[in-house]
Amino acid sequence: MKKYFKEFLRGIIKENPTFVLVLGLCPTLAVSVSVINGIGMGIAATFVLLGSNIIISSLKNIIPDRIRIPCFIVVIATFVTINELVMKAYSPALDRALGIYVPLIVVNCIVLGRAEAYAQKATVINSLFDGLGMGVGFTLALILISGIREFLGAGRLLGHTLIKGFQPAFMFGMPSGALLVIGLLLGFFNILKNRKT
Amino acid sequence: MSASQFLTIFISAVFIYNVIFSRFLGLCSFIAISKETKPALAMSLSVMFVTTMSSIITWLIYQFLLIPFGLTFLRTISFILVIATFVQFVEMVLRKISPPMYRFFGIYLPLITVNCAVLGVAVLNSDMFFANNKAIPGSFLYSVFQGICVGLGYTLAMLLMSGIRERLDLCNVPKALKDFPLAFIIASLMGLSFMGFNGFRF
Repeated sequence: MKKYFKEFLRGIIKENPTFVLVLGLCPTLAVSVSVINGIGMGIAATFVLLGSNIIISSLKNIIPDRIRIPCFIVVIATFVTINELVMKAYSPALDRALGIYVPLIVVNCIVLGRAEAYAQKATVINSLFDGLGMGVGFTLALILISGIREFLGAGRLLGHTLIKGFQPAFMFGMPSGALLVIGLLLGFFNILKNRKT
Repeated sequence: MSASQFLTIFISAVFIYNVIFSRFLGLCSFIAISKETKPALAMSLSVMFVTTMSSIITWLIYQFLLIPFGLTFLRTISFILVIATFVQFVEMVLRKISPPMYRFFGIYLPLITVNCAVLGVAVLNSDMFFANNKAIPGSFLYSVFQGICVGLGYTLAMLLMSGIRERLDLCNVPKALKDFPLAFIIASLMGLSFMGFNGFRF
């Protein structure tokens, strides 16, 4: 059990997909305007990661090596389509807020990256925990970024006003604010890493 | 269908909703390959070619396969498969007929399959130029033109960024911000200036 827990934790801290591997940035930056959007995107991506990791690792002996990338993409796209339909049916508001970034989970580098670097070599159980860990790590990163952006850009957190009279900086709600936040966060994590070594 | 429509598509795809600075599509390649101008240009031209061609192909598939058979929910899976196959095909053809071209573009082509800009344009086209599962008048030309313009916007962003980063190599920057973090901060400042284009009105 402890072994699986380690698989799970790795995605959250040591190999966090956003801050350490720097993968899957497009959806991270685009949807992180508010925390709700961030959580929605995180859950959607976790679902796709989990499904594709399990299927790919159980099909690893059947998929021919030379055409593995198209095979992976078909598996991933299937899960993205399931996710798209479920989201349209049960939470249309979130679907509208995330817009074209829902179908674009297909080309999220984290998903294909895990399939290529991990799931095609590992056992099914290990891949399951890896997918779960990566998904949770991605979700936490999204919550951090969208929390900062929602607070600075709109003066709210999860839709609630925190400090009365706080004058929000409009820029953080705009695309350029997202780039600034992620740049500074990456720099901050670099400082932490350098201090450790 | 009129000239002003095309102008609107051009201005909004290249400047107002620039793929990189406003839509955040294709960021991975934008950050990874913008260290020098020459590879940046090669990558941009490959992206422009693929966005244009995939706009054509995906429009045809959407109009003549998915809509008549009521399969529009298979949009994502069919688009990405066709794009991946097309890119692989171009790579094979290039290797056969023009080795110098292959050396110039070849290594970037596989990367383009997972470039969100390409799938993004295809999805945007099917969202914008189809209403109630019917192509609006001029839909095909708009789609192709939007493909070209998104490629142009990507090229513009790539060239600006690589020019800045080439000069930045000679500067003394804080150690923690080296490479990726600084690239994001520069992109942010450029995005801020691109926000100025929001003021365009027709």
